[in-house]
Amino acid sequence: MTTMEGDLTRQSATVLADAMAQGEVSAEEVTRAHLDRISEVDGDVHAFLHVLSDEAVEVARGVDRRRAAGERLGPLAGVPLALKDVLTMSGVPTTCGSRVLEGWRPPYDSTVVERLRAADVVILGKTNMDEFAMGSSTEHSAYGPTRNPWDLERIPGGSGGGSSAAIAAFEAPLAIGTDTGGSIRQPAAVTGTVGVKPTYGGVSRYGLVALASSLDQAGPCARTVMDAALLHAAIAGHDPRDSTSIDAPVPDVVAAARKADIRGVRIGLIKELGGEGYQAGVSQRFDEAVEVLTDLGAEVVEVSCPNFEYALAAYYLILPSEASSNLARFDGMRYGLRVGDDGDRSVEQVMALTREAGFGAEVKRRIMIGTYALSSGYYDAYYGQAQKVRTLITRDFAAAFEQADVLISPTAPTTAFKIGEKVDDPLAMYLNDVATIPVNLAGNAAMSLPVGLAPEDGLPVGMQVIAPAMADDRLYLVGAALERALVDRWGHLLIEEAPDL
Amino acid sequence: MTTTAETMPYAEAIAAFEPVLGLETHVELGTASKMFCSCPTAFGADPNTQVCPVCLGLPGSMPVVNRMGVESTIRMGLALNCSIAEWCRFARKNYFYPDMPKDYQISQYDEPLCFDGWLDVTVETDDGPRAFRVEIERVHMEEDTGKLTHAGGATGRIHGADYSLVDYNRAGIPLIEIVTKPIVGTGELAPLVARAYVTELRDLMRSLGVSDVRMEEGSLRCDVNVSLNRAGDDWGTRSETKNVNSLRSVERAVRSEIERQAAVLSSGGRVIQETRHFHEDTGRSTPGRSKEQAEDYRYFPEPDLVPVAPSREWVEELRGTLPELPSAKRARLRAEWGISDHDFQTLVNGGALELVEATIAEGVDPAAARKWWTGELARIANDREIELADVPVSPGQIKHIQRLIEDGSLTDKLARQVIEGIIAGEGDVDDVVAGRGLAVVSDDSALLAAIDQALVDQPDVAEKIRGGKVQAAGAIVGAVMKATRGQADAAKVRALLFERLGVSE
Repeated sequence: MTTMEGDLTRQSATVLADAMAQGEVSAEEVTRAHLDRISEVDGDVHAFLHVLSDEAVEVARGVDRRRAAGERLGPLAGVPLALKDVLTMSGVPTTCGSRVLEGWRPPYDSTVVERLRAADVVILGKTNMDEFAMGSSTEHSAYGPTRNPWDLERIPGGSGGGSSAAIAAFEAPLAIGTDTGGSIRQPAAVTGTVGVKPTYGGVSRYGLVALASSLDQAGPCARTVMDAALLHAAIAGHDPRDSTSIDAPVPDVVAAARKADIRGVRIGLIKELGGEGYQAGVSQRFDEAVEVLTDLGAEVVEVSCPNFEYALAAYYLILPSEASSNLARFDGMRYGLRVGDDGDRSVEQVMALTREAGFGAEVKRRIMIGTYALSSGYYDAYYGQAQKVRTLITRDFAAAFEQADVLISPTAPTTAFKIGEKVDDPLAMYLNDVATIPVNLAGNAAMSLPVGLAPEDGLPVGMQVIAPAMADDRLYLVGAALERALVDRWGHLLIEEAPDL
Repeated sequence: MTTTAETMPYAEAIAAFEPVLGLETHVELGTASKMFCSCPTAFGADPNTQVCPVCLGLPGSMPVVNRMGVESTIRMGLALNCSIAEWCRFARKNYFYPDMPKDYQISQYDEPLCFDGWLDVTVETDDGPRAFRVEIERVHMEEDTGKLTHAGGATGRIHGADYSLVDYNRAGIPLIEIVTKPIVGTGELAPLVARAYVTELRDLMRSLGVSDVRMEEGSLRCDVNVSLNRAGDDWGTRSETKNVNSLRSVERAVRSEIERQAAVLSSGGRVIQETRHFHEDTGRSTPGRSKEQAEDYRYFPEPDLVPVAPSREWVEELRGTLPELPSAKRARLRAEWGISDHDFQTLVNGGALELVEATIAEGVDPAAARKWWTGELARIANDREIELADVPVSPGQIKHIQRLIEDGSLTDKLARQVIEGIIAGEGDVDDVVAGRGLAVVSDDSALLAAIDQALVDQPDVAEKIRGGKVQAAGAIVGAVMKATRGQADAAKVRALLFERLGVSE
């Protein structure tokens, strides 16, 4: 019964689920082990904004009771999970990393949470993030930064640094992230974990507090490709409450992860994403992984996406435009923070004071950019042009996918940088997402998985695999094959090399 | 304040200037659920009880288009002779206001669902009816905002209020906005054309069943744009008078704005492009916010919704469901009932058309049906200052009453008492007849006893009748009617009287 105890938090979701199904360990034991780990290390890591200690144990006990009663449960029943604090969960604080939402408890579950509950996943708590998912380091959280478990002086990526750090620190085997321009993939890359941005419309956005509606997508974070596949399958699928969700069968990502055979798969190396501007160790580990893919029987070709050079500029018009509108509702009238309501001030003054006090600098910067870009007289030159670039980027992808089944690039140009290093330099911060942003603009699916440690700093490097819309299964086919080969070579998952906390 | 007159008499204003009108009409659709969520739309519920995360705009919530809202808008567009877009999008109209749950309104901007149509209207003039074609620019869908109530303060407006209450039950109720192209060439008839247009829109929506258009509940709101120019000049600067909420007010708002602008222009002043607020009590408007610096709503396509792309098959199917439209129906009824233009217009103006039609459909003779609704019931509506349709008597009850008259159970006079009883809440026709004992006295012996008594009381009259002066019978009949408290059939009394006296008429 207790053969696994003591190292429960080191196990994958797949192994834990199997052990629970076999009766080797209870869901309550698994949950308690992770809650203990959170108590132990989260003071240093600060991955969580809110921990659901009692509720999680309660849910785990329910799973154990139902299993004991002979009920057949799903493949993730009893597995703990960390939820990014941008998804609503009824009655549980949801701050989006912002002061403006401090104290707000949504009265409803997001569809993702509803599906996690239906899958009997045990939600441990809400994870830290850059305010309203604006950032690449989690330093823009109003509640203080999250630290990278590989080096507590470094950033865990962003905006979903809390989710990736929770996984990397063994506080949870699974997490949910959201990805608007790389917020699942870049944190996965810099923490040596796996993160997937599903096809836009693949996972319901209902209950995901919107940053940029046309770009946002929730997805799985895990330490293994198979774990990510199981979580992906649990949360994906059409939702009538999200008009932009795709009404089509979810690609069989679990079967693809199991197959892990890439003989004859055509892999396109994106010429524009690499080389100059990329850290040497990142390029080196990436190139080595490409060789592994070739060794596994894939056919690697170079493809060109000439319009990607405009992606960052287009993204930083479309995102702020949508965000300026999406974040308008935080005005102090109905929920969350209200500042300056002294009985004399006008409603406009209270709204302005609330927003002044409630939003951080990065949020204000993007709201101002977006407000400007949408203004009459500027709309065509900014928002309109950006949408045209978006079309060109989608065409670049379409052309590339004529030549290849999946595309690859480094996930991020660098390994984890130091906390404070780029926080005052927005442009340097934005450049972190140069390789991930085109995927969001086109609505494709993409995964980041670890391919080694950069020799110069010993920090994780991620490879990005990109698939056409609704071909998410290809990510898992390629990712699982590469992961298996690398684990064979290393003798363990890369994350095992992370220092003890 | 300038010392010049603030208004110019209407006749003078129209002699000097030509008006150009434009009307934007918002109407709440009669769908069972809201435009982007499944909350009910019933009017009058307790505040903030018909709300959910979507219509409250809670973080994370997302809209889903109500298909019935789209369908109603397309049907309205078709009835207004519009083209229906093959593909169009919703747009966000961004502005901060506490009645807006999301601080943007989901509306349509440069891609309306329906566009380029027209509506023919008729106004009565001294020279007979005159027809105008009002061209329709667009018909689009949007969501209503919440309803603000300002407490304290003198103006009833947000500025100066002690506090304000918001009811989000109204937030998300589907609205359609119908925008005309500039209406020119109406001259002095401008106020009447404006009123006739809104009346026609209302009737159209009711006949389509897309809205019951309860104007007193604010379910139709009109923004009236007016500009004046001298003959041959370019159009003038327009003002926009907001939230004009009754047919009468539409007419008055146009008229008063023409009088106001004419005074400004003729004293050498400049009309300011602004929104104005209409006051029902004074029939005048006061300035609202200036639009000289156009408000920037930062419209952009709503990224939470997919485009609306009604298939041509669906549009044609909806075209097939259009009922007979009010103008066609009026032409048909006029011919069927064989009445004059004037009589017909009286029915239309009095709001009696549907009621008369429904009464005839119940099987009542057209002349009798018209008589009731333009006579007794119109008088009652007028006395009580309510719409004819709101008099609590139904066409079915009129049929019942008319049948009792025809079989001799009621006289016209008794029938009026029945109606009085129905309105007083005494129940249905039979209940009032029984409750008030209103049945005609048809028992011959009772009538004969009353006749005999009257003959005894008025022997001289009896003598005259016996002598062949049949005109004198009225006095006896009157006495009998009085004795029976009006519950006798006068014609029958008369016949019995002559029979009694052995006199032939």
